[in-house]
Amino acid sequence: MSKDATAARESLITPFNIITGAIVIIGLYLTYLRFTGGLAAVTNLSDNNPWGIWVGFDVFVGIALAAGGYVTTAAVYLFGMKQYRSAVRSAILTGFLGYALVVLALSYDVGRAWRLPYPYLVQAGTTSVLFIVGIHVPLYLLVTFMEFSPAALEWLGLRRARNIITKFMVLLTILGVILSTVHQSAIGGLILIAPSKLHPLWYSPYLPIYFFITSIIAGLSMVIFESTLTHHYFKHKMDETHLAEKNFVTLGFGKAASFVLAGYFVIKVIGIAVGNNWHYLTTGYGLWYLVELLGFVTLPCFLYAVGVRNKNLKLINWTSVLAVLGIIINRFNIAIIAFNWHLPSSKRYFPHWMEIGISVFIVTIGLIAFRFIVTRMPVLYQHPDYPEEH
Amino acid sequence: MDGVFYTLHDFMTHTKNISYILMAVSLIGFAGFWCFLVGRDEDD
Repeated sequence: MSKDATAARESLITPFNIITGAIVIIGLYLTYLRFTGGLAAVTNLSDNNPWGIWVGFDVFVGIALAAGGYVTTAAVYLFGMKQYRSAVRSAILTGFLGYALVVLALSYDVGRAWRLPYPYLVQAGTTSVLFIVGIHVPLYLLVTFMEFSPAALEWLGLRRARNIITKFMVLLTILGVILSTVHQSAIGGLILIAPSKLHPLWYSPYLPIYFFITSIIAGLSMVIFESTLTHHYFKHKMDETHLAEKNFVTLGFGKAASFVLAGYFVIKVIGIAVGNNWHYLTTGYGLWYLVELLGFVTLPCFLYAVGVRNKNLKLINWTSVLAVLGIIINRFNIAIIAFNWHLPSSKRYFPHWMEIGISVFIVTIGLIAFRFIVTRMPVLYQHPDYPEEH
Repeated sequence: MDGVFYTLHDFMTHTKNISYILMAVSLIGFAGFWCFLVGRDEDD
C-alpha cells in the first residue's frame, strides 16, 4: 500500500469521524425502525400528545435557530450595515441547513411522509395556519439555497451563473425576510388554535409576535455562537477580513440582541397584564415561567449589555449560549412542558429514547454537512477570483 | 388582583389600566437602558 493511501486512511480516523459515524449508523437503524414499524415503534406519541420533540425541538427550535440567515442578510443588504458582511455566508448556510433539517425531521414526524407535497399539489387548505407554515418551509428553503448558491458556484468555478445570481441578491433578501417574518410568526400562530391546552402563562393572543421577536434573538445569538465555534475550529480557513471583523460582529450583534431581549421582556410582562394572569406566577408552573423569563431573558439581556459596554467578548460569547438555551427552553415549554398541562402526569408525554436518538442523528447530519461545506466552499474566506465581494 | 369581574368591561378596564402603566414605565426604562447600552460607544 502506498504512503498516500495510508495517510488518507489515517486522516479519516479522527474523534469527530468516529463519533459522528457511530451516531449515523445508529440513526440509520432507527430510521429503518421508524419507516417499517410506524410512529408507535419508536415514539411515545399518543392521541393526547400527537407531537413530541420532533416538533418541539427539531421544528420549533430548528426554525428559530435558523433565523440568523434572514437577520444577517436584512442587516447587510437591506439596512446597509456592510461591516457585518463577513458573517453573511455562514449565517445563510446555517439558515439553509436548519430549514433542510426541519424538512427531514418532518418526514419522520408526519404519519405518511410521502404525502408531504399534498398541500401544494392536491389539497391546499389555504384557510389553515398550518398551510402557511407548510408553504413557507419549501419557499424559504429555496430562497436560502439561492442566496447561498454563489458560494457553491464560486467553488465549482461557474463564474457566469454566480454573477447572474448575485445580481438578484437584494431581491432574494427581501423575499427571504418576508417569508421568514410570516413563517416564524405562523409557527406561534399554530398554537392559537389550542388555547385550552397551553398553560395561560405561555398562551397569549400575541404568540405570533412572541415567536417572531424570539426568532430575531435566536438569529443574533446563533450568529455570535456560531462565529465563536467557527473561529475556534475553522480558524485556519478564515481570511484576514473574517478574522478582523469577527470581534466587530460579536459586539454589534450582542448590542442588538440585548436591546431586542429588553423589548421582548417588556411585551411578555404586558402579555401577563393583558390576560390578568398574575395569580399563576405563584404556582409551580409560574415559578418555571419566572425561571424562563428572568434566567433566560432578563439575565442574557443584562449580560449582553455589560459585555458590550465593557467590550468583553468572552462574556458576550457565553451569553449567546445562555440566550440560545433560553430559546430552546421557551420552545420546549410551549410545545411540550406547558402543553396539555391539565392532564394527569400518567398521561403526559415524555420522549422515547429512540425519538431523542433520531433528533441527535438529524443534528449530527447538519454538523457533518456544515463541516463538509465550510471546509470546501468560500464561506469563511473570500474566493481569490472574486475580490469585489468585500 | 384576584377580584371578581362581573362584566367584560370591568375586566378590560382593569387589564388596560395595568398595561398602560407598564407601557409608560417601559418607555422610560427603554430610554435609560439605551443610554446604559451605548454609554461607552463614544470612547471608540
